[in-house]
Amino acid sequence: MAGLPRGIAARDRVVPPTGFTVRLTVFAAAAMAFLAVFALALSMASDRLAERWSQALARSATVRISAPEGQVEAQTEAVLKVLAETPGVASFRRLSREDQAALLAPWLGPDLPLDALPLPELVELTEADPGYDSEGLRLRLAAEAPGAVLDDHARWRRPLVEAAARLQWLGLISVLLIGATLAAMVTLAAQAALAANGQVIRTLRLVGATDAFIARAFVRRFTVRAAWGALMGTGAGLLAVALMPRSSVEGGFLTGLGFTGAGWMVPLAVPALAAVAAFLATRLAAFRMLRRLT
Amino acid sequence: MIAFSDVSYSYGGDNLLSNVSLELPQGSFHFLTGPSGAGKTTFLRLCYADLIAASGRVDVFGQDVRGLSRDAIAHLRRRVGVVHQDCQFLDHLPLRENVALPITVAGGNPEEEARDLDELLEWVGLSGHRDALPPQLSGGERQRAALARAVVMAPDMVIADEPTGNLDWEMSLRLLRLLTELNRMGKTVLIATHDLNLIRAAKQQTQARVLRIRDRQVQPAGADL
Ligand SMILES: Nc1ncnc2c1ncn2[C@@H]1O[C@H](COP(=O)(O)OP(=O)(O)OP(=O)(O)O)[C@@H](O)[C@H]1O
Ligand SMILES: [Mg+2]
Repeated sequence: MAGLPRGIAARDRVVPPTGFTVRLTVFAAAAMAFLAVFALALSMASDRLAERWSQALARSATVRISAPEGQVEAQTEAVLKVLAETPGVASFRRLSREDQAALLAPWLGPDLPLDALPLPELVELTEADPGYDSEGLRLRLAAEAPGAVLDDHARWRRPLVEAAARLQWLGLISVLLIGATLAAMVTLAAQAALAANGQVIRTLRLVGATDAFIARAFVRRFTVRAAWGALMGTGAGLLAVALMPRSSVEGGFLTGLGFTGAGWMVPLAVPALAAVAAFLATRLAAFRMLRRLT
Repeated sequence: MIAFSDVSYSYGGDNLLSNVSLELPQGSFHFLTGPSGAGKTTFLRLCYADLIAASGRVDVFGQDVRGLSRDAIAHLRRRVGVVHQDCQFLDHLPLRENVALPITVAGGNPEEEARDLDELLEWVGLSGHRDALPPQLSGGERQRAALARAVVMAPDMVIADEPTGNLDWEMSLRLLRLLTELNRMGKTVLIATHDLNLIRAAKQQTQARVLRIRDRQVQPAGADL
C-alpha cells in the first residue's frame, strides 16, 4: 500500500483484510487463466489446421493413366470424356509434357529427356461444390479406362477440416465458460466477504458512506486480486505452451498446439478480461447486497 | 431542523411511539429522558433516518426522509454527528482512523485535516491512544472517541445516545461543555440520557429543554427537571 496516495489507502482499509476469500480469488483467477490460455491455444491451433487442410482440399485431385503403349491415348480420351460427364467436377486439364517436366524438375533436374521415359499421362481436376462422388467416379474410370487411377488423397481430410473448425469454436466457447466460471467464483467470494462484514458495512452506512463508496472498497480489492492471479496463471500457461515440443508446419496436431507470431499477444488479454469479469461480478454482488440494508 | 408529524413506530408488535408530533428547531438543545426500553434510541434512530416510520412523517433539514434515496440518506448523515449507544467502531482500524472515518467516507483525505484531528483527540483525552484498536479501549474511552467522531465533520446537528453512560463526572462535564459550545455555534443538539445531574448542569450553562418519553408519547418534561 506504500505507493498509493494516503487517501486511497485509507478508503481501502475501511474493509478489514478478507484473507481467505481474497486468496481464493487469486487462486481461482490463476487457475482459470491457465486453462483459458490452453483453450485459446487449442482454438488458434485448430484454426490454423483447418486453414491448412482446407487449402489442401482445394487443391486439385489427379487422374493418372498408365497403360501399355498404344492404349494411352485412347484411355486418356476416355478419361477426359468421363470427367466431362461427371457432376461435381469443376474443371479438368490434361498436363502437357512441359507441365510434367516442371513437376519433375525439382527431383530430376531441368534437362530431363522426358520422351525417353515411360511417364504416365496426368489429368488435373478441381472439385466443384458440392463435390463429385468419389466411388462412382472410380468405378466409371475402371470401366472406361482400366489404366486410370484417381488420386484424391486430400479428400479424406474433409471431415477433419470440419472437426478442426468445430474444435476452434469449442476452444472459444471454453474461454467464455472459463470467464463465466471465474465471474461466478468471484461473485461467491465477494458475497462471502460482504456477508462476513455486515457490521462494518452498517457502521460505514451510519457515518455517511454511500453504497458506491462501500462497493468500491470491495470491488477494488477483488478486481486487483483477480487481475494479479490471472496474470500469474497466464504467465504459467504461456510458459507451458512455449515448452511444448515444436515441429515443422507439417507437424501433427499436437505439436502444432501453440501460438505463432502476433498470436502470442492474444493471451495477454486474459488478465484484462479477468479483471473486467471480477470488477463486474463484485460490483453487482455488492450493490445487490447493499440495497437490502438500511 | 427536525419535525415529527403524527409519527408512530413499532418493531412489529405494539406501537413503541404513537402519533408523536414535535419540532426541534435549529440551534436548540434538547435532552431526551425516559425509562429504559421506552424508545429513546428508537426516537433518535428515526432522527437520522436509520429507521423510517411506518406511519407519519419525519422531516430532517426540511426533507421528508421517506422520499430520500439511499445516497441522499448517506449525505444527510454527514450533516448529523451521532454518538451511538454501542459506539459502532471498525474494530480493525486504529482509533485515529476511526475518528476520521466520516471524512474518509465523504471522500476527503484525513491527512489534510491531521492537525484538527490530533487536536480533537487531545481534547477528548485520547492522544495517547491514537493507534489503539477500539476493542483495546475502555468503555469511557470508546464513548469519548465516539463523540470525537461525531463532531469531526463539523455537523449541523449532534445526536448523542447515553454519551456519559461510562464516564466519570469530570469527563461528563467536559463532554457537556463541548456540546454546549457546539450549540452556541448554532448546532442543534439532542442527547438521550438517564443522568439527571447532567441535565441540571446543562441547564445552568445553556437553554436546554427536556423531552420525556411516557405512554408512547414524547413530551416536554415538567419544571422539576
Ligand atoms: N431492532 C429491534 N427489534 C425489535 N425490538 C427492538 C429493536 N430495537 C429495540 N427494540 C425494543 O424496543 C424497545 C425500545 O428500545 P430502545 O432501544 O429504543 O429503548 P431505550 O429507551 O433506548 O432504552 P435504553 O435506555 O435501555 O437504551 C425495547 O423494548 C427494545 O427491546
Ligand atoms: Mg437506548
